Amino acid sequence: MSTWVPTEGTSEALLSVRDLKVTFPTEDGLVKAVDGLTFDLNAGETLGIVGESGSGKSVTSQAIMGLHRGTRAKVEGSIGFEGRDLLKLEDEELRVMRGRDIAMIFQDPLSALHPYYTVGNQIVEAYKIHHGKTSKSAARAHVIDMLERVGIPNPQKRIDQYPHEFSGGMRQRAMIAMALVNNPRLVIADEPTTALDVTVQAQILDLLMDLQKEMNSAIIIITHDLGVVAEMADKIMVMYGGKAVEGGTADQTFYSAEHPYTWGLLQSMPRIDRERLERLQPIPGNPPSLISPPSGCAFHPRCAYRDDENLGCSTIVPEFDVQDWHPVRCLIPAPKRKAIFDTEIRTPSS
Amino acid sequence: MFAYIVRRVAAGMVMILAMSLVTMVLFFASPVDPARYTCGKNCTPELLEQNRKALGYDQPVLSYWVDFTKGIFVGSEFPKDPALKKSAPETIADCPAPCLGYSPQSSRPVRDIIVEKLPVSASLAIAAFIMWMIAGVGLGIVAALRKGTLVDRAIVGSALVFYAFPTFFIGLGLYVFLALKWGIVPVPAYTSIADGGVGLWLQGLLLPALTLALVYIAGYIRLTRAFVLEAKGEDYLRTAQAKGLKSGRILFKHTLRGALTPIATVAGLDLGGLLGGTIITEQVFNYDGLGRTAVMAATTYDLPVTVGIVLVAATFVITANIVVDVLYAVIDPRVKYS
Repeated sequence: MSTWVPTEGTSEALLSVRDLKVTFPTEDGLVKAVDGLTFDLNAGETLGIVGESGSGKSVTSQAIMGLHRGTRAKVEGSIGFEGRDLLKLEDEELRVMRGRDIAMIFQDPLSALHPYYTVGNQIVEAYKIHHGKTSKSAARAHVIDMLERVGIPNPQKRIDQYPHEFSGGMRQRAMIAMALVNNPRLVIADEPTTALDVTVQAQILDLLMDLQKEMNSAIIIITHDLGVVAEMADKIMVMYGGKAVEGGTADQTFYSAEHPYTWGLLQSMPRIDRERLERLQPIPGNPPSLISPPSGCAFHPRCAYRDDENLGCSTIVPEFDVQDWHPVRCLIPAPKRKAIFDTEIRTPSS
Repeated sequence: MFAYIVRRVAAGMVMILAMSLVTMVLFFASPVDPARYTCGKNCTPELLEQNRKALGYDQPVLSYWVDFTKGIFVGSEFPKDPALKKSAPETIADCPAPCLGYSPQSSRPVRDIIVEKLPVSASLAIAAFIMWMIAGVGLGIVAALRKGTLVDRAIVGSALVFYAFPTFFIGLGLYVFLALKWGIVPVPAYTSIADGGVGLWLQGLLLPALTLALVYIAGYIRLTRAFVLEAKGEDYLRTAQAKGLKSGRILFKHTLRGALTPIATVAGLDLGGLLGGTIITEQVFNYDGLGRTAVMAATTYDLPVTVGIVLVAATFVITANIVVDVLYAVIDPRVKYS
């Protein structure tokens, strides 16, 4: 990877998001849920979007799916997908793309599946809407095949069962089968393992990676857990308060993280190579208000390395230079950031 | 499932018999002598005593109840007097099973009275049910989909107006203005299908059913609106949208299926409650149904008719309860009975 995104107009990525802004008018004021997001995603690649609740990661995925249409949310910027700006499409054009070109996997498969219809009914429906000419029996056969591919045993029988008859892990497998049934080019997985048992989480992530290789789909995986994206993602974008604060390859984010917030995420992660008695370090403070964000750097009230006098952390808004190969939204000079990471954050074995 | 239904039906029957006993106990506890009401102007103490005996009011309440229950299964005769049957068999009224008793005031078996009045009440209840379900659920859906707009407020607000007025006010209002003053609809009078055909039957039902429906409509609008709004926030609707489904399919297949299930429960119970007769609506429109008959029977101390109608009404309510519960298992695959 060279720069975070190529220079103007030269992007040939599958998905190229430029200066995406999503705002919601509320009684208390304008909520800036996503505030100027720019990233690229190539075919077959995996992007991990990491951040805490309210950082704007789920809103971003919903904006890409066009799920904000018909609500009071305002979406600005551009979302290029295979050369077309999704924000400029007619509702009907976008609807046809949903599920066929861009599919989504949700966090809680129990509530994301309709309790009154069989799993098969719901997946066949997802397939038939984009393959109108396919006969019912052919669609059913395809769905059984799909259930088999996601590792559901005895799919001929399971296809006629209801979601409540599935275990949590099996439900998420069914959800994945539903998302991939049309072989979409982009899959957005919004916290796909958060609602699952720890033992099942790794299985689901492995499954996603295997299927990605088979189908060559691009994946955006949204999570608050850096560990989830550690193995999966090619690129990682860390979000804070609706903005990207650090972007780069997975290696860059793990082995040379430069933003104090990313450091905080790394240190709050349980690690096997740490001393057992060492406590996890939470990030102090609360997520920023999206209506009236802190002045200057949005992270400065919680930042352990802020330096208002010399750097102006509370007054100057740091930039996220998308032409950089490892952009970091921080006022601390790069050499100093590297030094802090090496001396204070990096653990001996990493 | 089958075992569950059998169990529920058995429990329902026990409940019905218990209710008949309660009704009789209340009746016997009344300080008024019911036999007095069967005796007329030229009553003598001997005649009174004779009537009381013929009606069984001289027995303790429990043996009266046992006689009554026996009658349901094996039939009965009125009055129960072997001596009289020998001397004057023509004065004995036969009441084959299921016998619900014999009304001394109208000199008929209670079952015949119920068979005559039930179609009136049932027609009214079903017609009103259809009206309020279509309008109430339909408007509720529209209000939910247009939430916060003028349309929403107009629907909910006007429904509330009808809800706030008493039934007799709405009934009389419709009667006086629509039928009498403006003559938009004919003056309502019940005509059975056998007597006047479907056209006249429906014509007669229009205003009373509308009155009853208006009373219920507000509740259904609000319920439907609330359930649809709740369903719209469900994750599975976002899934449906993310699949690329058309909005019509999302609404009818995904949203309404989840939203209308609880409505079915309420609707079933409401219909069950109304089939046994409506007191005020029947009264206002001079409809000779179960509700009106029950009021007449209660005010003239006609115990057999009172008990009979109470039992019929209770049977409808209990049946509706069972049907709704069974229906729930059919609609919602997560519900299983054993």
